[in-house]
Amino acid sequence: MLGEFSHVFAFFLLAIVFVGGGLFTNMLIRPTKANVLKHSVYECGEDPIGSGWIKFNIRFYVVALIFILFDVEIVFLFPWAVVYKQMGWLAYNEMMVFMAILIIGFAYAWVKGDLDWVRPKPYIASFDDLVNRRHSQPSPIPAPQSVAPVPVEEMA
Amino acid sequence: MFDGLRDLLIGLLGKGDLADVLAVVVYCALPLVVILLYALFAILAEMKLSAWLQDRLGPMRVGPWGILQPIADILKLLQKEDITPTQADKKLYNLSPFLVFIGSYLGFAVLPFSAMYAGARLNVGIFYLVAVSGLVVVGILMAGWSSNNKYSLFGAMRSVAQIVSYEIPAGLAILSVVMIAGTMDLQTISKLQEGGVQNWFIFGGPKNLAGFGGATAWALAPVMMIAFLIYFIASLAETNRVPFDIPEAESELVAGYHTEYSAMKFALFFLAEYANMLVVSAVASILFLGGWNSPFGEFLGGPVMGLVWFLGKAIFFVMVQIWIRWTLPRLRVDQLMHICWKVMIPFGMATVLLVGTIVTWFAH
Repeated sequence: MLGEFSHVFAFFLLAIVFVGGGLFTNMLIRPTKANVLKHSVYECGEDPIGSGWIKFNIRFYVVALIFILFDVEIVFLFPWAVVYKQMGWLAYNEMMVFMAILIIGFAYAWVKGDLDWVRPKPYIASFDDLVNRRHSQPSPIPAPQSVAPVPVEEMA
Repeated sequence: MFDGLRDLLIGLLGKGDLADVLAVVVYCALPLVVILLYALFAILAEMKLSAWLQDRLGPMRVGPWGILQPIADILKLLQKEDITPTQADKKLYNLSPFLVFIGSYLGFAVLPFSAMYAGARLNVGIFYLVAVSGLVVVGILMAGWSSNNKYSLFGAMRSVAQIVSYEIPAGLAILSVVMIAGTMDLQTISKLQEGGVQNWFIFGGPKNLAGFGGATAWALAPVMMIAFLIYFIASLAETNRVPFDIPEAESELVAGYHTEYSAMKFALFFLAEYANMLVVSAVASILFLGGWNSPFGEFLGGPVMGLVWFLGKAIFFVMVQIWIRWTLPRLRVDQLMHICWKVMIPFGMATVLLVGTIVTWFAH
């Protein structure tokens, strides 16, 4: 007689066999007409510019870090949730202390702005901004580099 | 049911290891049949429901009213040329469809389809399910990274950030059920909810549980309704469904992490996505809506009707997911993170604290 985890292993093997079988059938009956363009990376139908492995937003790392903290919390909470009913107020209070420490950490991350996703602040120019562009420091609109800006006062 | 199957095979093949192993394999292959039949149905339902919601007819040519369209689609995908970009990381590129499908199929191992069938009776059932669904995340990241495509990379990063973020509120909602049930075994959780709709965990769980009486369970009902809502929203995000589909936002990222995949590999990603929809819907129905239990107590109960109730509830939630897809617009990435971290996680923690307080208060 095999144990219950042998069933899990059977599920694992069956998934591999199913995926492998599907890909093998596909391999037997598909056409293979390779050409250079077809095998290039898709980028709007043009030749891709540079490598696909580019820099991405640092926020993804922050999210991953905070996730690990909370996931560990949940991992600890699951065994407690199964038995706390038999253990009364002692188990309850201990877990409240654990949760309180985590909630303080969560509040800290929240106040520090680590839970905010950076988004571009749209700049809507008003007439006064454009008139006073020379005087406002620093300017929200970068001045054109090649052409010297014409002072508004002299335009009259 | 497993013992019956084993006895049948021993009768056919004689006593020995072969019959034992074959019994396990046949027993564990049954969910695969369910997934394939369900996928045919769900693909057609998605096409037809989207068409009806937009006042179209949907596919009409293949078979009567287009009901054979999914079969035609699968046969087409099976014959398509498989294109691997020359710049891709070949090993990871070919490995990721395996991981994604294994992750979702391993989830089926602990689902109790009826009182007689659960692939594996693990005492850590739901905990195991949350753990193995992590394989899907690894597979998605692998697919996006190995394609060497900017759209794939962005899609994968967004998808992973979203799935891991929403795993926390989902975990907290699952935790509040485990706290009442006192077990992580999904078959036992289903059995606890026997005896009619009032014993389901969405209404506070069984009213005759040892330790506390009916009043406690009714006091838990409003909290559990919030927990159910949290789980349902988080499950939409975990399967990358609208309104949380920015990883696959067609208008900006082509197809997200599977932009470069074609033929059978694409089909496997697609199948895994539909299988995941069934897993999260099934978990929602087991944890909160009684699993295979009939809502009328003994009436229409029993193992065979149990399978009908279980699949009926799960497929109902899949239909709701499709309905939501064609109703709501897509969220922006900062709105997505705001809802997860600043709304759902505080509410999830509050449900865990409230359930713990109410249960401990009444039990002692």
